[in-house]
Amino acid sequence: MSEHFSIQHFLRGTFHQGIHPPENKHFTAEKPIERLAFPPQLVLPLSQHAGKASVALVRKGQEVVRGEPIARADGFVSVPLHAPASGVVKDICLMPSARGPMVESIVLDVYAGDPQEVLYGTEVDVDAIQSSDLMQAVQDTGLVGLGGAAFPTHVKLSVPEGCVIDTVLINGCECEPFLTTDHRLMIEQAADLVAGTRILMRAVGAKRAIIGTEDNKLDAVEAIQAVLKKDDVVSVKAVQTKYPQGAEKMLAKALVNREIPSGKFPSAVGLGVFNVATATQIGQLLPQKQGVIERVVTVTGPGIERPGNYIVPVGTPIRFILEKLGFQGSARHLIMGGPMMGGTVSSLDTPITKGCGGLLILNEHQLTTEEQMKRYPCINCGACVDACPMMLNPCELGRMAHKAQYEVMAERYHLNDCFECGSCSYVCPAAIPLVQYFRVAKSVNRTKAAAS
Amino acid sequence: MTAGLLIAALFMALLGVVLGLVLAVASRKLAVEEDPRIDEVEDMLPHANCGACGFPGCRPFAEALVKGDVPPSKCTVSTAEGVASIAAFLGVEAGSAEKVVARLACAGGKNVARFKAAYQGQPSCRAAVAAGGGGKACAWGCLGLADCEVSCTFDAIHMNAQGLPVVDEEKCVACNDCVLACPLDLFSLMPVSQKLFVACKSLAEGDQALSECEVACTACGRCAADAPGLIRIENHLARVDYSKNALATRFPIERCPTGAIVWIEDQKFQKGAAAKKIIRKEPLPILSEPNP
Repeated sequence: MSEHFSIQHFLRGTFHQGIHPPENKHFTAEKPIERLAFPPQLVLPLSQHAGKASVALVRKGQEVVRGEPIARADGFVSVPLHAPASGVVKDICLMPSARGPMVESIVLDVYAGDPQEVLYGTEVDVDAIQSSDLMQAVQDTGLVGLGGAAFPTHVKLSVPEGCVIDTVLINGCECEPFLTTDHRLMIEQAADLVAGTRILMRAVGAKRAIIGTEDNKLDAVEAIQAVLKKDDVVSVKAVQTKYPQGAEKMLAKALVNREIPSGKFPSAVGLGVFNVATATQIGQLLPQKQGVIERVVTVTGPGIERPGNYIVPVGTPIRFILEKLGFQGSARHLIMGGPMMGGTVSSLDTPITKGCGGLLILNEHQLTTEEQMKRYPCINCGACVDACPMMLNPCELGRMAHKAQYEVMAERYHLNDCFECGSCSYVCPAAIPLVQYFRVAKSVNRTKAAAS
Repeated sequence: MTAGLLIAALFMALLGVVLGLVLAVASRKLAVEEDPRIDEVEDMLPHANCGACGFPGCRPFAEALVKGDVPPSKCTVSTAEGVASIAAFLGVEAGSAEKVVARLACAGGKNVARFKAAYQGQPSCRAAVAAGGGGKACAWGCLGLADCEVSCTFDAIHMNAQGLPVVDEEKCVACNDCVLACPLDLFSLMPVSQKLFVACKSLAEGDQALSECEVACTACGRCAADAPGLIRIENHLARVDYSKNALATRFPIERCPTGAIVWIEDQKFQKGAAAKKIIRKEPLPILSEPNP
C-alpha cells in the first residue's frame, strides 16, 4: 500500500473523482495462469456478444473438432463462434444465461478421451495481410471485447468517416477489485500482447500505442517494457490506482488527457481503446487463423478453496469450475465479473462466455444483512456527487428515480451518460441503491422507446 | 409635487388603456377558432388521462370525439351513463365496445413455482431482472415484486398471498400501464369474451417445465388434440387462436394435467377436472439453498 502514497503515485495521470475500494487482489495476483480440465459438457450461447446473435452452422448429432467454426456471424455487428473442444453437438436449445433469460445455445458433449489439440486453422503471415483485410480477419476470429462489454472487436476497427485515429490505447487497468486476469496476461504473455497491439495499430492506422495500467501492477509494466524495442511506438504507462480507471473515458483522460464527448466513441477524439486480453488474443489467434475458444478467468473470493487464474474453454458451466476448485458449502453469492459492475448469477448452470473475466464467490457473512440493506433518506451530503466519474448528480437523479421521473432523468440530467460503475452506491452513507435505480430507469425508458 | 403624482398616474392609466386596446385587438384578430363543444366534452370525460383510448390524454380524445373519428364508448374509464350522456350531447351513437381487461399469463405463485436463487435487492421486478433474471427457476415466470401493482392507477391490481398479481376486472380499464410495467411481458389486454386462456409463458418442455413450476404448460398437446384448429402447440407452449374464439368451449381444458389452460368465467380462472390439485399454501424451498 505504501506505493499509493509515494510522490510518483500522485504524479501519475488519472481522471477526476472516482473511488478507491479495497483491492482484494492478493488472493490471485501471484498465481500464474493455469489450465483447468475440460468439462464433460459445454454450453455455448449463440449470443455472447453485443449485436445480433450468430447463426448455428452445426446440427444435432454432428461431430465437431476443437477450433472449428460452429456458428457464423449474422451481419456486421456479429461474430462467429468456434468449437472450444472436440465432441458432438448434443442439442441446440434454450439454456440459462448470465443475464437470466433462457437463450438459444449449442450444447456440446466433449469427448473425454480426446487430446483436445486445436486441429483447425492455418499459419498465415500477418504482416502480409492488407490492413483493409484485417477487419475481416479479426471478425473471423470471433473476437469481442474481453474486458466485459463483449462488443465485437472488428466493429471498433472500422473507423467512422471523418475520424482519424492517431493513438491506440490498450486497457490494462483492471480497476475492479478481486480480478487479476489482465494483470497475469500482461506479465505472462507480454510478447503476444505487444504483437496484438501492433496489429491493432495497423488496422486503425494509428501511429502510436500506449498500454495503460494502474500503479498497483508495476511488475506488469516491467514485463511489457522487457519486450519493447528501444524508441518503440508502443509504450507502457502506469496511471493512478483508482476506480473506475478501466472505463475507456477515464483511461483516455488519464493517459492522453482527452475527453470523449457525451454519447460519442473514442474515435471522435482520435483514439481506439482495446482491452489487454483482446489485444493478446489478436496476437495469438491472427497468425494461426484461429478463433476464440478459451479465455482466462479469475476464480476468486473467500468462498473458494483454490482461487487462481484459470484458462477455461468458453461455455464451461460455473458448476464444473466450482466443483474442481473446491466450492465451500457456505458460499452463497456468486458474481460473474468484478464486484462493482459484475452481475449476480442466479443459476450454477450458467456458462462462462467470452466476455466473462471473473467469477467471485462470496461467503454467507459477506452477504448483506438486513441491517446493511436498510435504507435511510438522502441527506444531500453530496458524497455521490464527489464520487461520480462522469460528473453527474446521482443524488438528484436518485430522487427523481424515486418519483419515476425517468424521462426527465434522461433528458435533463444525462442519465444515459451513466455507465453504471457503482461509485455512487458504494459511497452513499444512506445505503441508497442508486445504480439499481438508474438501471431500472434506463430499462423503463428502453421499453417505452420500443413501445412507441 | 401633486403635479408630478398626477402625471405619473395619468401616464400609467394611459399606458393601461393603450395596452388593453392592443390586447383586445389581438384577441379578436389572432383568436383560434375552436369548437366550444370540445371543452364541454372534455369536462364530461373522467380526466384520468390514462391513454386506454389510444390517445395521449382526455383532451385529444375529446377533439377526436367532436370530429366524429371515434365512438364515445372508446373511453373505457367512463361509466355507461357517462358514455351515453356524451353520445346524447354529440348526437352520435354511443357505439358498443367490448370490455377489455389485463390478464397475467402466469399462475406460478410461490407455492407452485420454484426459485433457484434468492433475490435480495431492491424490491422491483425490473431491478430483479437486471440482476441475473431475478432468481425464479422459470425464466418466463412472474417474479412477484409488484411493479404492476405500483403502476396501476385504478387500484385494479393487488398481489395475492402467493405473490401473484390479481386483476380486478371491475376496476380494470385496459389502460396498458401494467403491460408496459411488466419487464417479462406477462400482461396482455384481452376482451372478456375470450374465455379460453393459457396462463403460462414457459417455453420449457415437459419435465423441465414441471421441475420449475407445477402449473406450467408442459406442451403435452392434449388441449390441442381436443380443439384442433383452435389451439396449437408452438415452441412448447399451447396457443389459442382467438380469431376462432366463437368455437371456444370448456372442453379443451378438461384433460390438462397441470391446469395451465383455464376457462375464465366471472373473474374465476377455472381449471379442468384432470388438473393436479394444489393444496400447498406455503412457499416451496429455494433450489440452491442447502437443506437445513
